Amino acid sequence: MHMADALISPAVGGSLWAVTAGIAVYSAKKLGKAMDDTKVPLMGVLGAFVFAAQMINFTIPGTGSSGHLGGGLLLAVLLGPYAGFLTMASILIVQALFFADGGLLALGCSIFNMGFFSCFVAYPLYRRIVGENPTPGKLLAGTGLAAIAGLQLGAFGVVLETLFSGISELPFYTFVLLMQPIHLGIGIGEGVITAAVILFIWKERPELLTKELTGIEKGSRTFRNIIVKLAIATVLISSVVSWFASTNPDGLEWSIAKTTKQEELAVPEGIHSLLADWQKKLAVLPDYNFKGSKEAAAASDAEAGQAAEWPQVSSGTSIAGIIGSVLTLLLAGVIGKSLKIVITKRPQK
Amino acid sequence: MLKIKAQLLNLRYIDELAAGNSVIHQLNPCAKLLVTMIFLIVVTSFPKQVLAGLIPLFVFPVTIASLADLPLAPLLRRVALALPFVIFIGIFNPVLDHSTAFTIGEVAVSNGWVSFFSILIRAVLAISAALLLVATTGMEGICAALQAGKVPKVLVVQLLFMYRYLYILLEEAGRTVQAYNLRAFEDTRIGYKAAGSLIGQLLMRTLERAQRIYAAMRSRGFDGNIPFRRCLALQVKDIIFVLFWSAFFLLARMVNIPQWLGALVLEGYR
Repeated sequence: MHMADALISPAVGGSLWAVTAGIAVYSAKKLGKAMDDTKVPLMGVLGAFVFAAQMINFTIPGTGSSGHLGGGLLLAVLLGPYAGFLTMASILIVQALFFADGGLLALGCSIFNMGFFSCFVAYPLYRRIVGENPTPGKLLAGTGLAAIAGLQLGAFGVVLETLFSGISELPFYTFVLLMQPIHLGIGIGEGVITAAVILFIWKERPELLTKELTGIEKGSRTFRNIIVKLAIATVLISSVVSWFASTNPDGLEWSIAKTTKQEELAVPEGIHSLLADWQKKLAVLPDYNFKGSKEAAAASDAEAGQAAEWPQVSSGTSIAGIIGSVLTLLLAGVIGKSLKIVITKRPQK
Repeated sequence: MLKIKAQLLNLRYIDELAAGNSVIHQLNPCAKLLVTMIFLIVVTSFPKQVLAGLIPLFVFPVTIASLADLPLAPLLRRVALALPFVIFIGIFNPVLDHSTAFTIGEVAVSNGWVSFFSILIRAVLAISAALLLVATTGMEGICAALQAGKVPKVLVVQLLFMYRYLYILLEEAGRTVQAYNLRAFEDTRIGYKAAGSLIGQLLMRTLERAQRIYAAMRSRGFDGNIPFRRCLALQVKDIIFVLFWSAFFLLARMVNIPQWLGALVLEGYR
């Protein structure tokens, strides 16, 4: 579920970067309150442990396949969701940098697919099943189901990210039917192995399962609940939106075509068309759509003027607009910052 | 076992490359990280039917690799290793999209094939840029840049620790698997029944090790901060580096250089 740069658009990569950065900052804040920084080595060493343990494949009888440890879930069980998420993120950073497992721009996607789902969705599920008084049966069921759920959501994340990027031609249903069953198999493998490890810990060091190693109390459910609701809402909304996007022509294009009986609004001659031309060339997200294969979308001035009149405007284009603005702002900030650095550093030399 | 050993060798190799002392190695890690990210945004921002327009971007990895004095073959091998997933997803494009993009003589080339090769080029560009970043900057440099970029300290320090202990734990996992294999006679694959105790024991040892490391670091005055050796002051060359490449990427994004060159050549021919 490592996402490749080649399959994503800057809009998808950028927005998931922003989302995962937000979760990382939130997690770091949450940890900072409860534990002092000196416990950080534990997270690092456990991260290295998971990285190494994931390399060991075990044969799963009956399936003819093999499985390995599900990293995110075990980390969340041992360290709690916040530290687990940060540790998982660093594992994915090293994998992207040194092993080209997942791209750098797609790092947000990879962290979301594997860190967020396993620590903030699969782990709460595990806790709910295991409850306050763990038994081997509950641990087995909790770990297995959580591992499968985490992998299914991660695979679905890959599908949505690919779909919204519009680089691959794979239609939604085909891709879902391709990804979900494969990851059901992988999920069962991961679930079996992770459950075996959790049961071993339960036998040898049961206190590791009832007290998170970072010393955070296992109480704060509010954030988890919000996140779970948010995740479910996102999945629902995006699948509905993507379904419309893939079956109908672009909403704005469609409405313009219907009302003006022409595919695109005519752009006036002269300086205006020159500007429009340049704007098109300069745009980081030219004609960005959920399904990028559509012919050039209507001119952007048309959107500004007419968006208010049609509620069914293309969500793809407006998302591109929002993200484009954020990126422009960021870029402007970077330019400003670097100019400032130049000016402040000069006199010292 | 093989996989663990391969990972270890890979880590060591890239670390060795990162220890170089070229012009590129000496640049500020922040500048290199920034240029790499801009590069990736530009590469991914091309519409999917673009092939020729992407080509000029190869100038970037090629220039960096040569300025940094890095061997090309091992880097290309790593790029190739990362391609299968992209090919697996991308190969559906020619299957699903048969509309004609252009014709060469009698042969019609479909949009599907064009976008498939576009995906391949993107993959090669993106993967080589990421590899070059780490091969010229190293983990310490990247972490220093992350800290300068206001990434939470917990994440940065933790990342450095993880990277340090990766070597030790990969070696230990490798030894564990080797011990299993030596005692397993013919079938060296590990059954799931051994998973609990095998990984569990590794985990117990890891936790004890973490405790020892923590105690050792505390007794040497560790307070949660890791001071970076690198000087992170931006120098003129760093700024020139960022500006030059940004301008180049923007140019390549706006002007289809291969098309323009081709037209120019044809014009001259006439």
